[in-house]
Amino acid sequence: MGMTMTQKILAAHAGLPEVHAGDLIEAKLDIVLGNDVTTPVAIGVFEKAGFTEVFDKDRIVIALDHYTPCKDIKSAELCVTAREFAKKHDITHLYDVGTVGIEHALLPEQGLVGPGDCIIGADSHTCTYGALGAFSTGVGSTDMAAGMASGLNWFKVPSAIKVELTGKLQPYVSGKDVILHLIGMIGVDGALYQSLEFTGEGVAELSMDDRFTISNMAIEAGGKNGIFPVDDKTKEYIRGRFKREPAFYEADEDAEYERVVKIDLSELKPTVSLPHLPSNTKTVDEVAGMPIQQVVIGSCTNGRMSDMRTAAAILKGRKVADGVRCIVIPATQQIYLDCMEEGLLKIFVEAGCAVSAPTCGPCLGGHMGVMADGERAVATTNRNFIGRMGHTGSEVVLASPAVAAASAVAGCIAAPGV
Amino acid sequence: MRGKVWKYGDHIDTDVIIPARYLNNPDPKALASHCMVDIDEGFAGSVQPGDIMVGGWNFGCGSSREHAPVAIQASGISCVIAASFARIFYRNSINIGFPILECPEASEAIKAGDIVNIDTKTGVITDETTGQTFQAKPFPPFIEQIIDAGGLLSYLKEKK
Repeated sequence: MGMTMTQKILAAHAGLPEVHAGDLIEAKLDIVLGNDVTTPVAIGVFEKAGFTEVFDKDRIVIALDHYTPCKDIKSAELCVTAREFAKKHDITHLYDVGTVGIEHALLPEQGLVGPGDCIIGADSHTCTYGALGAFSTGVGSTDMAAGMASGLNWFKVPSAIKVELTGKLQPYVSGKDVILHLIGMIGVDGALYQSLEFTGEGVAELSMDDRFTISNMAIEAGGKNGIFPVDDKTKEYIRGRFKREPAFYEADEDAEYERVVKIDLSELKPTVSLPHLPSNTKTVDEVAGMPIQQVVIGSCTNGRMSDMRTAAAILKGRKVADGVRCIVIPATQQIYLDCMEEGLLKIFVEAGCAVSAPTCGPCLGGHMGVMADGERAVATTNRNFIGRMGHTGSEVVLASPAVAAASAVAGCIAAPGV
Repeated sequence: MRGKVWKYGDHIDTDVIIPARYLNNPDPKALASHCMVDIDEGFAGSVQPGDIMVGGWNFGCGSSREHAPVAIQASGISCVIAASFARIFYRNSINIGFPILECPEASEAIKAGDIVNIDTKTGVITDETTGQTFQAKPFPPFIEQIIDAGGLLSYLKEKK
């Protein structure tokens, strides 16, 4: 019996000729990641256990992106803990205010992750790097501590769901609509403990940014990871960025999948997830007109350059509606700079948007856009749980950058291009 | 372990177990004081040491924050029973040596306020209020070793 792409990467990192779904293995890690919320906890665990050395100072990435620029004294103290640890252990990749971006946009952009890697991150959206053909999954702080100490971690080899993509996306339909549609189909635990393996001729039609968005939200279907095959677009993306030797894996012809889900990209419409679960999906035309008070365009899901361009194309020469606050957050300093050079910042500001430095802030109700009771946002983020963006009586509607920008202008949920 | 049951539904996510606005202070006692606040304001003030939490499907979904099982553990809860667990919450609980049991039948039948007795070694769950017993899935030996060592880091230390 053959192996899936995920299983092949895990086998290679465990030094085994083959692995099977359900096997418990110990695998070598290429990158261990943490942020300002999870790293200080990992440091505490690491030091309490008596470890004094990290396994490899070049393979640990600490991105202070959640509550930065620090929102209060407690979060400032978390950053101090992370900075001091990074200094003590001479960690090569510490990203602080001024260089930091939202981690899952930053690591691929900086070429720190690439095809064939085995990556853990103490952040659930670490599954994003599956877009590059890597095995990458979110873990907790103790896992991060173990990874920093040993360069190893334990995994249960996942079974798989094959997602066969055909066709081509219509205008104003993007990777976000693909993943929201999929989560709506299979549910928030539809891929629990499993890998989502994206295949089919439709993959070639998806940009790298679309693939990052899709892999990013694999966790919202309960998935362990969401992985794409490596093609010319992947190779073009990593060229000049990724300094280590990439490894290209393909699923065996006879790989076993627990189920196959087929999606014709050409049939998808702009899709939103209503409160309070990402699986609560509707097409935008079913809920158009729903009042909103806030729009957030950014996050590890949709804060990349193509997302900024899509939003700017809709906002250009128009105004954010009265009574709506539109917050735009380019995910990295490079994206911010590119937005400036392409004139997008001017478009956003002239439309009446607030443009922020890179931060996860509003997505998790941290800062930079926390909502009061009774308020509703359309956000390009990834979770719409109770209280996610502030008061338990506030609501988040998940959407693509195109829907979010169109809604900002309309003052209510609205379809783009109408 | 034996205690009174706090019962919750399906898809209890880590944002309601411990909202992100409280993650700026990772002290377990501070986390425990806000545990479940967004769906059950009375929990943190009334939970007694040894009490048991019962959830439905996909318990602990969402963020990777280890603060979630830490908050539940520090609140005094001795064990969580659920129909299923989201995978990061499952890993995190094992890694910090916090007992969790997967048992759809128990999750369905046990009611809030019942007194429940758990043998984590055998996975036998007894609802003393109703007299029903349930058998949870046992852990694979490797995971049992981590729990027995008191968590992943202690396990790694022992192995070295």
